Amino acid sequence: MLTMVAIAVDGLGFAAWLFLSSVGLTLIYGVMRILNIAHGGFYALGAYSAAWAIGLYTQGGGPIAFTYLLIPIAAFVAGVIAGLLVERGILRFMYGRDEVLMVLVTYAIFLILEDVTKLIWGTESYVSYQPALWLGTVDIFGLPYTVYKFLIIGVAIVCGLLLFWGLNHTRVGKLLLVVIQDREISSALGINVTLFFTVTFLIGATLGALGGALTAPEVSVVPGIGSEIIVMAFAVIVIGGMGSIGGAMIGALIVGFARAASVHLYPPAELFVIYLVMAAVLAFKPYGLFALAESRKI
Amino acid sequence: MRNPRLLGAYHGYTLKNTTALLAAAAIGCASLVGSANTAFAQEKTLKIGIVTFLSGGAAGPFGVPARNAAELVIEAINSGSVPAPYQIAGIGGATIDPIFVDENSKQKNADFQKLVEKNGVEMVVGYISSASCLAIAPEAEKLKKLTILFDCGTPQVFEQTVTDPKYTFRTGGLATMDSVGAVRYLQKMGMNVSSYAGMNQNYAWGQDSWRDFAGSMAQVYNSARVVSEQFPKVAVGQYDSEVSALLTGKPDVIHSSFWGGDMEAFVIQGSARSVFQRSKMLLTAGETAMHRLAAQMPDGTIIGARGTHGELAPQSALNDWFRKAYFDRFGALPTYPSYKMAQALLGVKAAADKAGSSDQDELIGAMKGLEWEGPSGKISMALANGHQAVQDIAYGTYKYDKENGKATLVDVVRFKASCVNPPAGVKSGDWIAGGFKGADCN
Repeated sequence: MLTMVAIAVDGLGFAAWLFLSSVGLTLIYGVMRILNIAHGGFYALGAYSAAWAIGLYTQGGGPIAFTYLLIPIAAFVAGVIAGLLVERGILRFMYGRDEVLMVLVTYAIFLILEDVTKLIWGTESYVSYQPALWLGTVDIFGLPYTVYKFLIIGVAIVCGLLLFWGLNHTRVGKLLLVVIQDREISSALGINVTLFFTVTFLIGATLGALGGALTAPEVSVVPGIGSEIIVMAFAVIVIGGMGSIGGAMIGALIVGFARAASVHLYPPAELFVIYLVMAAVLAFKPYGLFALAESRKI
Repeated sequence: MRNPRLLGAYHGYTLKNTTALLAAAAIGCASLVGSANTAFAQEKTLKIGIVTFLSGGAAGPFGVPARNAAELVIEAINSGSVPAPYQIAGIGGATIDPIFVDENSKQKNADFQKLVEKNGVEMVVGYISSASCLAIAPEAEKLKKLTILFDCGTPQVFEQTVTDPKYTFRTGGLATMDSVGAVRYLQKMGMNVSSYAGMNQNYAWGQDSWRDFAGSMAQVYNSARVVSEQFPKVAVGQYDSEVSALLTGKPDVIHSSFWGGDMEAFVIQGSARSVFQRSKMLLTAGETAMHRLAAQMPDGTIIGARGTHGELAPQSALNDWFRKAYFDRFGALPTYPSYKMAQALLGVKAAADKAGSSDQDELIGAMKGLEWEGPSGKISMALANGHQAVQDIAYGTYKYDKENGKATLVDVVRFKASCVNPPAGVKSGDWIAGGFKGADCN
């Protein structure tokens, strides 16, 4: 019983982290058809910005409660600045190119962002645990869990709901769905596709940075932190169906519970269980569980 | 004396204009004047490739402290400012000319080949990751290039991969001594252990460490049972599931050979969820993070340093010099990767002094079975036909000094090299399984 409870809570926590870290990736792919490997760089920038800001602030001795505000601020600043530079400075010159080429371009950007983090913050690790500890723990059947973990789960749910509502119940969201469906027709109808691309990329980059910023208090922020997440984020969006926000949520839950079950029931499988699940899903649904329907142009 | 080439190599300086060129020339002249007493005697240079993590998760806790130590010790060797018995400047009459290379590479073998064939290094000192050492040792033998592995711990290097080494040496201890020393420390502290668990990274280092620890526990605490064996992927960073598994297993002792960012993340997440309070935590590589985590590292955690390094180093003139010089220059105390780099370079220096030459064949001959003093004490190339070092190991229990804000170790126990290492010719796993035959712990 205790093991089942632990699998449920651990799986949910891992899924929340995965969803926050991958939803921006799937949003950008859905709208722009760009497999954005630089997403790992935005995640790292968010993590470093938050850890650095929290460290600087707590050294001053201010109340810890304010650090919870620093996290989204750091993510927003990092995501918007880096997103703007990447989209306006590089990607806009590449729109319409082959998707494989865009993978190479974003991979190059990812490597550049890795070096940017090293130039700004060096190679030392940054530890900013105060927000993760300050809220304390709650006991679930005798197992202590940090309240901060539930805060991350809550943020993931709110982000998912906001994105779902924004896309389906607002004018801008509905226009975005039109752009996703067909860029050329959208442009012909007078929709400013370029603006939508820029805004979508900024939202995606900021979500990536938010994933990193929220994770920072739980981990040691070190060079290379963005490499690991990009692999798992790809697994999540491939399982869920690339470009589908609902798919990212379901994909994150599947991966989260699969990993937690493996750790508790058969630890040696932890390393490959995520990819086993991915392979199993793709065997039956080659485009993922909730892949967007593709219109065929004649 | 600061070597301009060394500075340029790792800071990535580029000389873009005439002013910079003139400035560099001036600095070069100043360096030459400053070292006039040794420069004339040492026109010959010895190119050494130094390979450590300069990027990636291992750079901060391991690679950069090791590189810093290399920079410090090489400059001191070149200028003859290392305390006795290393006061003669240079290596066998030659000045060391280092080339720093990042170990965080997907093409480690190609990087090694480039160092040897293109850069023309006469020796390579490097490699922190056990995976790197397993890849490089055969390459070093193939290219017939003297290679000193300074940090990695997996016994597989000389027990399985290169069983008859000629060009490869390892100046750092085996992972075996970490695990055997850890179990002996539990025993020495009078710990009653009826159950234990492992939290180790899923690659050669983590697997070998756990194999040796579990094997040693089976010898010393033969009725204790394993309740959880966790092998998370390196750099995953999220350990909620593993921490829950450790909490539900309720082990008396948890063994972890985690290092770097993974260890720091595990300490943060594990201490927040009381796993450090409910079980006795044993971090074999914990010394690298104790100063950084300070108050966040729970009191009572057993800390190792993969030898008698860092906080566990014995007092000596050499150690005092090294700690002071390192702190004065880098503003932080040296941790064990710094010590291990220093002991590797001083081992090369001792071999060169013994041979009276920096020629590769002479150095190899002198290195085999060599004994020398490092900042951590005596090191002996006693295993693998004189190619693998053994040294003493120590463990201590963490205590945070709230008044002074200092990380300290109490209940420090030192074990002799002969107590925690297999005898020559015996594989580490067989030695443990056979009940530590031949161990001398007196």
